[in-house]
Amino acid sequence: MDLSTFLQQLVNGASLGSMYALIAIGYTMVYGVLRLINFAHGDIMMVGSFMTYVAMEAGLSFGPAVVAGIAVSVIVGVLTDKVAYKPLREAPKISLLITAIGISFFLENLFNVLFGGVPRAFSAPEWLTKVFNISDIYLPATVIIIPIVTVAILTSVLWVLYRTKYGMAIRALAFDIPTVKLMGIDADSIISIVFALGSALAAVGGIFYSISYPSIDPLMGVIVGLKAFAAAVLGGIGSVTGAVLGGFILGFTEIFAVALFPELGGYKDAFAFFFLILVLLFRPTGIMGEDLERSRF
Amino acid sequence: MKGTAIKIVAIVATLGAIYYSNANFDSYTLSIMNNVAIFAILALSYNLINGVTGQFSLEPNGFVAIGAYITALFLIPADTKADMFALVDPAPIVMEMSAPLLPAIIAGGVSASLIALMLSFPVFRVRGDYLAIVTLGFGFIIRIFAMNTPAYTNGAMGLNDIPDIADFLWTGTTALVTLVVMLHLVHSRYGRAMKAVRDDEDAASAMGIDTFRIKTQAFMTSAFFEGIGGGLLASFLTTISPDQFTFLLTFQLLIIIVLGGLGSMTGTLIATVLVMGSMEWLRFLDDDIVLMGMHTGAHPGMRMVVFAILLIIMMLFARRGLLGDRELPDIVKALMAKRRKH
Repeated sequence: MDLSTFLQQLVNGASLGSMYALIAIGYTMVYGVLRLINFAHGDIMMVGSFMTYVAMEAGLSFGPAVVAGIAVSVIVGVLTDKVAYKPLREAPKISLLITAIGISFFLENLFNVLFGGVPRAFSAPEWLTKVFNISDIYLPATVIIIPIVTVAILTSVLWVLYRTKYGMAIRALAFDIPTVKLMGIDADSIISIVFALGSALAAVGGIFYSISYPSIDPLMGVIVGLKAFAAAVLGGIGSVTGAVLGGFILGFTEIFAVALFPELGGYKDAFAFFFLILVLLFRPTGIMGEDLERSRF
Repeated sequence: MKGTAIKIVAIVATLGAIYYSNANFDSYTLSIMNNVAIFAILALSYNLINGVTGQFSLEPNGFVAIGAYITALFLIPADTKADMFALVDPAPIVMEMSAPLLPAIIAGGVSASLIALMLSFPVFRVRGDYLAIVTLGFGFIIRIFAMNTPAYTNGAMGLNDIPDIADFLWTGTTALVTLVVMLHLVHSRYGRAMKAVRDDEDAASAMGIDTFRIKTQAFMTSAFFEGIGGGLLASFLTTISPDQFTFLLTFQLLIIIVLGGLGSMTGTLIATVLVMGSMEWLRFLDDDIVLMGMHTGAHPGMRMVVFAILLIIMMLFARRGLLGDRELPDIVKALMAKRRKH
């Protein structure tokens, strides 16, 4: 692999890793607070991409359409928690997990009924898909913009988590919900904030994904969601910085493995799974996780 | 003593009924009964890990696929295989595989069980939560492997011309065997240990139960019967492809065990009939519906939207399902005892 191919793959990896990182944060935060694998998270991402697409079809330009897509994602995410998860806070864990898979299946099939299962072309504006050629490295504008936007978003998320009262409340919830309630904090609104934040990031990740692989279908959230979850576990579930790290590691691995061993291309979607198995075998707490019982941000 | 006699009579009577139906019913009715029997095998074994042991798993589609492919490769005659594999020549071992149905499905079951053992180490050493996501991922991986190893699976085209040996005599009897084994297991020392793990893993561990071992045993047993069910399914359908074993299959089974009651084997049996029946009955939802003169157009997937809502409503308002975690005979016994008191 010569230098220019290497650099080319490096940007591609950073771009793919950004999407995984954005989606993984939602998994890790919900898991940190509720100890719930939110199976519907990947589908929330799909909802964001689809609603952006629908808004653009309806005549909105790209910017407002993105805002609409994110807004619908946030509403769906928060509603999911209010309607389906909140009544089950005291129920056995398995009930919560079954409900989560029910929501996931509901969203997939609802969008399947509404839009059909055939993938649709996602047409991003021209300034996003323009390709630059810098000394034999072909760079679509997206692969440069995506990591930059991602870093900006991640910085603000970390700022919210570590520098604001709400962030402190979220981190406190991850330790002990009853005690936080005793401190006079409205735990349910804080949990809603967690879902809103996670869903918004997932929508952004989903829109990036739809621009880079310009097609969307109702099942797009399943594989990407699984990979993002693997990234969250790799980084240490419950840790936001871990999720980001895990997302980028997974993104780079996928891109470079296929670049170095093209014959493995068909198994591209399986890497994340083996990552997950290896992490669980050798370092179940992930890279950043210290103690499974006390996951922290 | 009396209990054993009743059990033996019930088993013999059921066997007689299976034999009678297989000989006398028309082929359409039998194909429905076949389907129900196979789903009963799958749902009963699925309930062992999810309901009895309380470990949320999403494995059935993966293990059913393994059982189906292995059984199919054993059953299809060598010359048919040589014709069928269009993309690449079949691997030598594929050409050598040949066996009657019973050893073939057992091979399928054992393979599924061994894979369950392999998955147990990363999953159960940590915490049960990851089982769901690992098994969900596994279902996709199996599909990726089936697509990418055409020398063994014939890729996306799948395997066809699988000999149609699994009639209702096979599937019905296997379902009966599965039910009897599961009921015995649930009422054994192992079953009590599994329930203890479900109810409170720390307490179970403190009482000296090796929780890792019990969970692994439950998972392997469940996988074994799912592999068997998959093998029967392959022979019943006569054609299989990677797209058949999607998450949809697992979801149907999940609905069944939740409706029947997590942990209740007889409840699962009742729910299998109810769910499979209503899947057929609600088929009209997927078609063009004329509502006040307006055509809605065909919308495949509508049934699944309805079933997904049903599952969520059940979890929110009727978590115990039809029978909770009790068995039908126990409920009948309790009712009789109540009447005697009056």
